[in-house]
Amino acid sequence: MALQSLDILRRSATTTPSTQVRSPVEVAKLIDVSTCIGCKGCQVSCSEWNDIRADVGSNIGVYDNPTDLDAKAWTVIRFSETEENGKLEWLIRKDGCMHCADPGCLKSCPSPGAIIQYKNGIVDFQQENCIGCGYCVTGCPFNVPRISKDDGKAYKCSLCSDRIAVGQEPSCVKTCPTGALSFGSKEDMKEVAVQRIANLKTRGYENAGLYDPPGVGGTHVMYVLHHADKPELYAGLPKDPSISPLVGLWKGFAKPLATLALGAIALGSLFHYVTNGPNEVSKEIEDEIEKEDAP
Amino acid sequence: MIRDSKDLQRYNASERANHWAVGISFILLALSGLAFFHPVFFPLTQFFGGPVWARILHPYIGVVMALAFLVIFLRFKHLNKITRVDKEWLGKVRQMVEGDDHNMPEQGKYNGGQKVMFWALSVAMLLMAVSGIFIWRAWFGFDVTVVRLGAVVHAATAAVMIGLIMVHVYAAIWVKGTIRAMWYGTVTRAWAKQHHRGWYRQVTEK
Repeated sequence: MALQSLDILRRSATTTPSTQVRSPVEVAKLIDVSTCIGCKGCQVSCSEWNDIRADVGSNIGVYDNPTDLDAKAWTVIRFSETEENGKLEWLIRKDGCMHCADPGCLKSCPSPGAIIQYKNGIVDFQQENCIGCGYCVTGCPFNVPRISKDDGKAYKCSLCSDRIAVGQEPSCVKTCPTGALSFGSKEDMKEVAVQRIANLKTRGYENAGLYDPPGVGGTHVMYVLHHADKPELYAGLPKDPSISPLVGLWKGFAKPLATLALGAIALGSLFHYVTNGPNEVSKEIEDEIEKEDAP
Repeated sequence: MIRDSKDLQRYNASERANHWAVGISFILLALSGLAFFHPVFFPLTQFFGGPVWARILHPYIGVVMALAFLVIFLRFKHLNKITRVDKEWLGKVRQMVEGDDHNMPEQGKYNGGQKVMFWALSVAMLLMAVSGIFIWRAWFGFDVTVVRLGAVVHAATAAVMIGLIMVHVYAAIWVKGTIRAMWYGTVTRAWAKQHHRGWYRQVTEK
């Protein structure tokens, strides 16, 4: 609950500053795909902590299960088979909200306070204010939010904002058995990443690198990728994500201008009436008609 | 009750009801739509039973308006062909707006400005209906690029359309003796002779 948070950087559909006198440290989750074994422990812990269960689907011949993010599955492991450096590689990526510094969902949301960005970087949905329009889905460059069929509200990973608020790490990080997931300040996570990347480079992955895309201002969920030059290999992770220019047009400066223009038309009409007077039927023509009627 | 039996019938009952169906749905759509257009208008959702109801109802009201407007369009399109005289009228529109209609060419049932309004609103209605379907998530699931395009077109066209309707409403208020045509269907002969002389001569055979 955000009711007494004093560290809110931004609030959807709100044009004045939010309560932000506190400045907590920026946090991040680091996902090292090279040490992930695809056990889906994170999926289970997410499900446990948040008390949500996606409907049981059907096997489509791959390990992905559930096959997609859902209002009740906020993180899923995506498996991709690819051939790199002349050999088969089985790439495994934990997918979920990236907690963008420049969040397309929040910028698109028309409902005040339905999406909140904390100063620590977490982008959190406040479902009690959600109206179910799906604009967040339209705005997201990573195709993350999902509208629930049960209540029509949008859901996604909260980065366990409730746990972090009381000094705990996200439940997925807590449960990860291989250490592929780490959590801490964004600065610290970048340092951990540097070490991991150096290690990968010594093992022949020359293009290993950190995925912290600048197009969305950086993210608070970052990946260490062995093929940072080709993020698309990892189940279509976008190479240079940014808020779509269409969303920029839709939600940018045009709307306040259009609002002013409409106000100007209304006031302009009023002043036109007051300064020019009404357009009435002339006495001349009325007399002509009267003359016609005279016997 | 007919005040003057020599008043001219401009719209029959069915045409008036049709116009009101479009008008009422437009007002409801503008109020609920503006609420999602910019936060400053968000409180307008309270007219609809809260923001969630506003979101649910808006597209259905849109369907009503689209269908009602389609009927209006089919009814009046043949009266709105833009002619050489209309272009001349439009060229002198400034004088008209400044309150001097002495140099305006003779107009039929609709003047050049009304015809431009008719076609502009027709195009806007079409764009609103198509883009509205693109972003109606309760019933449709288009590709996100289509949805994004739909959102831009819907918002931009809506702003233009609200502006057009403000002009449409103001014109009716400004030109005295017009609004009764929308309520009762009739106008005075003097009104017709002054503003639509071609139509006046056609219906009175003078």
